[in-house]
Amino acid sequence: MSPPAFGGVAAIAGIGQTEFSRRAGRSELQLACESITAALADAGLRPADVDGLVSYTVDPVEETELVRSVGFDGIGFSSRIPYGGGGSMGVLLHAASAVASGAADVVVGYRAIRARSGASRFGGAKIAPSPTSAHSGTTAMQWCIPFGVLTPASWMALNSTRYMHEYGVTSEDFGRAVVQLRAYAATNPNAWGYERPITLEEHQESRWIAEPCIHLLDCCQETDGSVAVVVTSAERAADLAATPVRIAAASGAGLFEQEIATDHYRPDLSVMDGSVALAARLFDRFDIARDDIDAAMIYDAFSPILLMQLEALGFCGPGEANEFIADGNLALDGALPCNTNGGLIGEGYIHGLNLVLEATRQLRGTAVNQVADAHAVLVTASRTGAILTAD
Amino acid sequence: MFRAVQRPAPVVTEDSAAFWDAADEDRLVTQRCAACGRLRHPPRPMCPECGSLTVEVVELSGRGVVYSYALLHHPQHPAFEYPVLAALIDLAEGIRIVSNLVGLKRDEIRIGLPVQVEFVSTDGDHRVPVFRPVDVNGSVAP
Repeated sequence: MSPPAFGGVAAIAGIGQTEFSRRAGRSELQLACESITAALADAGLRPADVDGLVSYTVDPVEETELVRSVGFDGIGFSSRIPYGGGGSMGVLLHAASAVASGAADVVVGYRAIRARSGASRFGGAKIAPSPTSAHSGTTAMQWCIPFGVLTPASWMALNSTRYMHEYGVTSEDFGRAVVQLRAYAATNPNAWGYERPITLEEHQESRWIAEPCIHLLDCCQETDGSVAVVVTSAERAADLAATPVRIAAASGAGLFEQEIATDHYRPDLSVMDGSVALAARLFDRFDIARDDIDAAMIYDAFSPILLMQLEALGFCGPGEANEFIADGNLALDGALPCNTNGGLIGEGYIHGLNLVLEATRQLRGTAVNQVADAHAVLVTASRTGAILTAD
Repeated sequence: MFRAVQRPAPVVTEDSAAFWDAADEDRLVTQRCAACGRLRHPPRPMCPECGSLTVEVVELSGRGVVYSYALLHHPQHPAFEYPVLAALIDLAEGIRIVSNLVGLKRDEIRIGLPVQVEFVSTDGDHRVPVFRPVDVNGSVAP
């Protein structure tokens, strides 16, 4: 079977963002306007060049408001990705598919969020009165609410405890991953964790969020901010202002019984088998080898799922991520430099899409923690992912 | 025990009503496909095995084992005492549900622990299933 035809046809031509903070002091709409304007300036394009929009189903910024604010006047394609943060990289899949099919010429992907200062904190204990959660893939949270299982941390903790049990993984193992992420964040002026590295002892002493798997320092930030990417054809991107980054592969994967955060019904919860399927769709269908990957940006809402995804994506065997990390493989000189911006734990949580910006910077050679000779970077979020390459 | 805010009521939909209506009578039930016999939870309108829309409701034994758990410390909601003892229970009939553990100390929680259902009250006079350990003879712990 030949690889999907859209592989390598489209490229990221621009990236933009606001500052990341705990109180943006302005609306998500304004944040989106700012990040999109920055991304267009980076690409050397004007609002009038844009004819496609992609975001998350849970994003509060309406396309109609965005069009009237930024001054887009010819939108011919718009779509939204379900699955909450797990759908993050679907933004690249939709944008690249639209460009490769000819449905759109220039697509802007964006996410704007006030996870900390908004109407309700993203990680807060909430009792939703309705059975669904804005198509975020957590319909099954209705089965958790009467039992006090109210937060993303609590949903993922149930899976994480089983993972620890199955493989003898410890909280210290999660801590070693966090120490690495915070070391990256410490040198990233854009990161919440800038100049604030942590020790394993500090990780262990941070309070329990969900025992025995999630300490406070295992959690991503609740961040205010917005990021945006501009996707167009690789051919057109080559003539634009910024160094283009090719979308060599992109896919989603969803399995029977799989949910997003409330993913409690698959037979074996110690394996993220949606990510196993995703890896097959990325590496096998697009004929790209894991050995070709120079760095990875992996959705780290909570540190246990970073280890579980490293295993599911095939970078180490089941139950071996702890040793893989202890051996230093996530560092710049390791086998798989990972989340070099500090990740969602160290840099901030723009619902995963800020990982795409870091992958782009790595391939442009402009990252703060630059991987030497980075030619291919994997970006994944549980059930969606992409492989980006430098020309 | 009096709490200012009660345990939240379940969200009852057309698809889930049979489960929660039974729980209100202290019965633990699940869906069974009337065509192929497959059990399923959470309840949904169509059988993923055979496509049938015809559903039977069957009573479960209420016996199971702890598949996983977590002691939830933070963030907190006034309706619950912390830490919340959250668990995934694998029921004897082969389905899994999210619930709470009662009648045991924190250091007694372990994966594989045999448990038995009982019911507790919520806001709005509903009842929801929670699980208590059973000893090796099958007796329910005090």
